Amino acid sequence: MSNAVLKPVLAARSVSKRFPGVLALQNVDLDIYAGQVNAILGENGAGKSTLMKILSGVYTEYEGSLLLDDEPVRFTGPRHAQDLGIAIIHQELNLIPHLTVAENIFLGREPLTRLGFIDYRKMADDTRALLQKLNSDIHPNSAVENLRVGQQQIVEIAKSLSLNARIIIMDEPTSAISEHEVDILFGLIKSLKADGVAIVYITHKLDELDKIADAITIFRDGKYITSGPAAEFTQDDIICSMVGRDMDDFFVKDEVSIGEDVLQVENLSLKHPARVNDYLLKDVSFHVKKGEVLGIFGLMGAGRTELFDCIFGVYGKSHTGSISIDGINVSIENPQQAIEAGIGYVHEDRKSAGLIIEMSVAENISLADIQQVEKFGFLSSQAEQNLAKDYIQQLKIKTPGTTQAVEKLSGGNQQKVVIAKWLATHPRILFLDEPTRGVDVGAKNEIYKLISELAGKGLGIIMVSSELPEVLAISDRILVMSEGQLTGEFTPSQATEEKLLSAAIPKSIEA
Amino acid sequence: MNKNLKNTLLRFQSLIALLIMIVFLSIFTEKFLTVDNSWNVMRQISVNVCLSMGMTLVILTGGIDLSVGSILAISGAVAAGLLKNGIEIPDLNLFVGFTFLGAVIAGLLTGSALGWVNGLAITRFRVPPFVATLAMLTIARGLTMLWTGGFPITGLGNSFAFMGTGWFLGIPVPVWITAVIVVLMVVLTRKKRLGRYIYAVGSNEKASGLSGLNVDRVKMIVYTLAGTMSAVGGLLVTSRLDSAQPNAGMGFELDSIAAVVIGGTSLSGGRGSIIGTVQGALIIGVLNNGLVLLNVSPFWQQVIKGLVILLAVIIDKMSREIKNNI
Repeated sequence: MSNAVLKPVLAARSVSKRFPGVLALQNVDLDIYAGQVNAILGENGAGKSTLMKILSGVYTEYEGSLLLDDEPVRFTGPRHAQDLGIAIIHQELNLIPHLTVAENIFLGREPLTRLGFIDYRKMADDTRALLQKLNSDIHPNSAVENLRVGQQQIVEIAKSLSLNARIIIMDEPTSAISEHEVDILFGLIKSLKADGVAIVYITHKLDELDKIADAITIFRDGKYITSGPAAEFTQDDIICSMVGRDMDDFFVKDEVSIGEDVLQVENLSLKHPARVNDYLLKDVSFHVKKGEVLGIFGLMGAGRTELFDCIFGVYGKSHTGSISIDGINVSIENPQQAIEAGIGYVHEDRKSAGLIIEMSVAENISLADIQQVEKFGFLSSQAEQNLAKDYIQQLKIKTPGTTQAVEKLSGGNQQKVVIAKWLATHPRILFLDEPTRGVDVGAKNEIYKLISELAGKGLGIIMVSSELPEVLAISDRILVMSEGQLTGEFTPSQATEEKLLSAAIPKSIEA
Repeated sequence: MNKNLKNTLLRFQSLIALLIMIVFLSIFTEKFLTVDNSWNVMRQISVNVCLSMGMTLVILTGGIDLSVGSILAISGAVAAGLLKNGIEIPDLNLFVGFTFLGAVIAGLLTGSALGWVNGLAITRFRVPPFVATLAMLTIARGLTMLWTGGFPITGLGNSFAFMGTGWFLGIPVPVWITAVIVVLMVVLTRKKRLGRYIYAVGSNEKASGLSGLNVDRVKMIVYTLAGTMSAVGGLLVTSRLDSAQPNAGMGFELDSIAAVVIGGTSLSGGRGSIIGTVQGALIIGVLNNGLVLLNVSPFWQQVIKGLVILLAVIIDKMSREIKNNI
């Protein structure tokens, strides 16, 4: 690749950004080339997101300069950057829940009829065309709040496509979408490249780089480390530059002795709340043993999260079938009963369902079983701090202290706080829904290690993940779900990516 | 400016504002800094503090309670009516008389019950708090009119008057009562499980529910407490005036919400404190009193009060940003 003669379409020169107490970016350079996928790599806290917010006009105060087509430019805000052809798809989706898909895509630029009213028909038609390009069957007039995370991501992508952007920044676009949707996305990225669009691609999934990255830039601790054509980097080089130390190859789980059944689920079914004769879960039966890590693989919408929610009592009494713990039939109609029965549930959406973001590390850890830090009916701050200290040490949570607001922690450490909260309830069964989503490479391995240790202590662990290598690496047994049903069971030695995928693909799509 | 000083200034901004008002009023009015007036202000404030304690809890959960003024009225009227007339059921040839204590308990229970109904509408029937308590504002006011026939109930006796006008150890009784409630609320919010749950529910209802908290129960308790504390306010007002007025407490919900907001509690829930609200109530009380003493026309008083609320919230928002940058 001839980067030497190629001129960057967008460049950052000696950019620094200071936050209270933190130098988030330190004299950073970056070159973005048209018609290429420019991958930006780095652990959480490396400064990637900060730099992207500068490139997209979200942060307007910084030191250094940006060059757009070799001309110095200083964005006055996101709208300014957008007008100059820069679109950003944030990791945390920026859609308005109550509005429809079409209204979201054309928010602020609604097509008007000759009389000055919103032209809903054109809006819906344009939206349908955009979504068709993405091979998506999402209805233009469905409310965004009724879509799953994966579908919302597609809407975001459609939105930036509709902006005709020259530079599209994608912050971990594949973190929440299914493999099938990833393939569509990659196909799209390739066609965008062919049209000369520059893609800035932030990801934690290193195995994606082979498929799409043209150039790679690596950051660490707010500093520029290295960059170059993607072909010149091996995965080991990249990890080494990202973490600043050598890393073992992918995680290998410890062998632990597997005991009796701890959870048995028989014929669990859950009707679709809106559609008649449609099921969210249908006749699901499985079991997990003490010390076992049961991986559940499935595409988005396969019913994995619904399975966890259902067993955990989120749907109240509306399910049929039976659940037994340690061989005893239990009736779980709400999360309290689930917790009392010994289940802990690390939800897929850390911010909205896992943490009380304004509260401290200690307050989050004690939340699900606060009785244990009470003395004579009053909360004991001492006991609470001690509980938190135990888990901070045990799970190696990086935090300045127990009273730190969880908001300020990195994704990996926030996830550990959520796990600590559930361990503090002394569960016998732990549900992990996408436990490493939005977590950087170093912290991912720590979480795998933790899962393995917890299994070693006799917990029955069920992990849902859409990352195949992860499922293959740490599961003792793998179940595959599709359309609310179990469609396959494998041991790790039998399982291959192809076998799992073919079991996961809905029959209705295959046909 | 050094950081510590800046931090201290920001932390005590409400107190500093209060102090400035007090100094200003002491210089520019003759009556403000007299013993009589000071106790008078405190007595007046104590009613708003009672209402605002419940309001703080409700707002911390992310809700709102517009019915506090009306619940104040019906609770005071029930207590006064029972004390004075008892209950007579001619069909059964039955008459039940009420002692002072009986009447007070009946008044408090009235407030609790109506607060509980608020909670029921909000949790069981998922009516938004604004609407549910707006309905209760009208219902409880109407019930007050029905109960009193639209006329004040007066002549309630010495022991009843003691609550609102008496003295104990050199301090007015209503100030004692309010102080006890404040202390209980501080303990509740900081040291009791329920307090923690209130903050958690207000910050993130979904995560709270998934952590095994009974979100609906927390809300039921909070609205019931708000009703009960409105009833305390009702007893204090009725006792001070020696009369239950059918239109007592009209518009009190606004002063109460203002006290909570000036005290730095976020209307979206999850952030705020009891002590903040007490400071907010003090600021409003001193302001009300000062404007009267300064002979400001009642029309201007409303304008000025509104501006102060606006200013307080703007300052609070700005100082929060500065704090984040220290």
